[in-house]
Amino acid sequence: MPALVYALTALFGAAAAATGVAGMLGAPWALRIDWLVPLGGLALEMDPLAGMFVALVGAAAVPVSVYAIGYAGRERRGCLAYAVFVAAMLVVPLAANVMTFALAWELMSLASYVLVLDGARAGREPAASAHAGWVYAVMTHAGLACLLAGMLLLTAWTGSPRFADWAAAAPTLSAGARSLVWALLALGFAAKAGGVPLHVWLPLAHPAAPSHVSALMSGVMIKLGVYGLLRASFVWLAPALPWWGATLLLVGAVSAVTGVLYAIVDRDLKRLLAFSSIENIGIVLVGTGAAVAFAAAALPALALLALAAALYHVVNHAAFKSLLFMAAGGVLHGTGTRDMEALGGLIKRQPWTAACFLAGAVAIAGLPPLNGFVSEWLTFQALLQNIRLPQPSMNLAFALAIAGLALAAGLAVAAFVKAFGITFLALPRSDAAAGAHEAPVPMRVAMVATAAACAGLALGASAIVPALAAVAATLVPAPAPITVGAGLTLNISGDFASLSMPAVALALAGGILLPVLLLVVARARPRVRRYETWGCGRLLQTARMEYTATAFADPLTRVFDFFYRPAARLDVDAHPESRFFVRRIRYENPTRFIVDEWLYRPLGRVLRAAARRAAVVQSGSPNLYLAYVLVALLLLLLVA
Amino acid sequence: MDALFLSVLQALVIALGAPLLVGTLRTLKARLVGRRGPAPWQPFLDLRKLFGKTPVVSETTSWVFRATPYVLVGAMLVAALAAPVLTSRPPLAFAGILLLMSLFLLGTFFLALAGLDAGSAFGGMGSSREVTVAGLAEPTVMLAVFALALRASTTNLGGIVERVTIEPLLAVNPAHLLAFAAFFIVMLAETGRLPVDNPATHLELTMIHEAMVLEYSGRHLALVEWASAMKLFVFLTLLANLFFPWGVPADVTPPALLLGLLALAGKLALLAIALAALETAIAKLRLFRVPELLAGSFALAVLSVSAVFLLR
Repeated sequence: MPALVYALTALFGAAAAATGVAGMLGAPWALRIDWLVPLGGLALEMDPLAGMFVALVGAAAVPVSVYAIGYAGRERRGCLAYAVFVAAMLVVPLAANVMTFALAWELMSLASYVLVLDGARAGREPAASAHAGWVYAVMTHAGLACLLAGMLLLTAWTGSPRFADWAAAAPTLSAGARSLVWALLALGFAAKAGGVPLHVWLPLAHPAAPSHVSALMSGVMIKLGVYGLLRASFVWLAPALPWWGATLLLVGAVSAVTGVLYAIVDRDLKRLLAFSSIENIGIVLVGTGAAVAFAAAALPALALLALAAALYHVVNHAAFKSLLFMAAGGVLHGTGTRDMEALGGLIKRQPWTAACFLAGAVAIAGLPPLNGFVSEWLTFQALLQNIRLPQPSMNLAFALAIAGLALAAGLAVAAFVKAFGITFLALPRSDAAAGAHEAPVPMRVAMVATAAACAGLALGASAIVPALAAVAATLVPAPAPITVGAGLTLNISGDFASLSMPAVALALAGGILLPVLLLVVARARPRVRRYETWGCGRLLQTARMEYTATAFADPLTRVFDFFYRPAARLDVDAHPESRFFVRRIRYENPTRFIVDEWLYRPLGRVLRAAARRAAVVQSGSPNLYLAYVLVALLLLLLVA
Repeated sequence: MDALFLSVLQALVIALGAPLLVGTLRTLKARLVGRRGPAPWQPFLDLRKLFGKTPVVSETTSWVFRATPYVLVGAMLVAALAAPVLTSRPPLAFAGILLLMSLFLLGTFFLALAGLDAGSAFGGMGSSREVTVAGLAEPTVMLAVFALALRASTTNLGGIVERVTIEPLLAVNPAHLLAFAAFFIVMLAETGRLPVDNPATHLELTMIHEAMVLEYSGRHLALVEWASAMKLFVFLTLLANLFFPWGVPADVTPPALLLGLLALAGKLALLAIALAALETAIAKLRLFRVPELLAGSFALAVLSVSAVFLLR
């Protein structure tokens, strides 16, 4: 029965993806059912941007649902919430008025909240997981409150809850009014996207959810926050103001670096991936911010380029992040643990899962010939052209963003060498890892298909990028600065930059095969002697001699200790006779999260104090409450 | 036909020039400290010997360990085809510096995985340090590239070379010189030269690259060493041709190519002498001092970009 629900969701996702692609290529339609919901009725509208995101959600739901058949096919719990979650995510980009949008948005949040709690209940640390659910609920509703405030303000000022009317009326509003609404909407959408410092729910909720849900939450749900930012900045509140772009640019750069720095030190495989989602959302936000800044400076061609880069990274991240979460789910399924210090050597027991994780790691680290490289490359090409912006302060913001993205790209390599190397290579560090079993067939099929999609998204860049540029052109009308030359070469802004992924892939394949062929021709002895690892003469190799995840991250932990603020604690329990007989050593080096300590803790204290003050009016006496009602009524009558 | 001829020629120049460059560096360094040192072609003899030996592969390793040398050589060969070596129109003419750096990172990624694969503490230590250095070097590379691209209004390597050839005064522009200094430091870090890593040492506590490849032997080691030599060659070629692009022809005719080869040999010889003198004069930095060096190169790159904005 649950397997049937997942199979139907996969079919539904495929149909939605087809609809989305049709809408993206220019088949607009609208649907209105006035009696279904109050305050404006249900209203859906398809346009190219909505179509792109519908296609993304639908296409991601297909392999993830197939995966779920193998991962959770026998568990009744959660399968209906999963179907509701997918459906709600498909409605969000189509929503055409405030009520429809709020309902779909909240349904998406609630369904994922239920799924996080479900995963939490099945997990090993119920207390930690309940905390994850609670933080998620608080952050998502604080975000919703900001969104509703912004949308209701805009409704009041434009006199219509329909999104189409906003776009028409926005240019008549003052810059201050538009900025206020934009700030509120951006807070709400960035909280959903996971931009720093609104990211705190993400590393808690994504690992707690079941892996197929994590794949969708990290792969597509957070992208709907980006969708909202694009809508708000380019359609609802257009024309954009420069400071919006600068804000997004800097938030993006900070998110990219912060996300990857936490990813490097984390030893929980799924939480590492969640932190890396923050990094990738940072890359997307940098692209978006650059687009807004260029659009505000009347450089529509560059805005179009940056926007196409951001959209491309949205699509690519959906592919490789869902792949990585599925593979991490395969590890969890096969070993029962997500702790990298207890894993290792899985490549021999789980060859398929390992190969798929490796493909995802190469893609997400931004290495050729897979898709992560191409969209990061495109983002850089858009950023590098900022010399055409006249203000030096803006140039400086761009230079910082470039340096931040480059640091994030370099450190992502470190994070994913660690994620793959510690989890899958060398000797198993626990019995659970030594006795791991390979993922069942549906999970494998889904992972291999998604890995193939990562290669396809890279090799097909010369078809995909122009298509995404066409979507971007509906937001910033301009001739596309992207042309396709001979040999499927993408040319950016004339001869500013060019790249041909098929040629790179071919050359790489040739370069790898050439030494193999030469060795065969030269009849080099193919014989290889298997022997144990060299170990300075010690007798037996055990997993305790391997580098651990913590040790691997140690150099970077030291370099960035101003950021991690580690609180190392060493307890040595010595024998009473002599301090040279050590009975037990306990070493702790927990990472502290500066955003938690400097922002949310004080905020929580203030809120608690305010609540305590307000609690004075709560006496518990019904008579007093009746008196409140009377006073309130009188006051209202006076005001009216 | 021209393209195929140029590809083969350029790949050959780099594949054969790289061991020669490494050998020349060793000879120069030996002479500078008063030893006779091996002949410059010694690395070829080493490679031949290694190719003839049976590789010993640890039982702990997986296919990643055995595939890595080939991936590494493949990535370096593509980098060889993408760099403006003999002419400013390399065979992969569309390539920009971002592609080149990503190819190097691809090699680092797989080599670091191979270091972890054997399960010894040495390999893990080398991998962990190597990815740290590579990650921290990346912002400098991007900003130095940015400074060059701003001047040349293209990120294509050939385009930058041609632009600086047309305007020779660019080469003494402060932005250009600062970018060169930044890029030079990054080159030291990325190719494992002093003061970041000592290519001649096998002392446990200081090794970076050598610790990572400790488990390799036989033809696998030969391929890894060859690839490292090619990486050094391509980096020095970039330094020579991007920042001093004189004598880099734009056309693909035999005389032009010969001229390009001679000019490159001359410039590389000068860079090799500079590098050997530098490596003889300075000591290796403590590992946790390396980030400070890289931060210094980052500051140079930031200055270089600011100089472009200020002097526009």
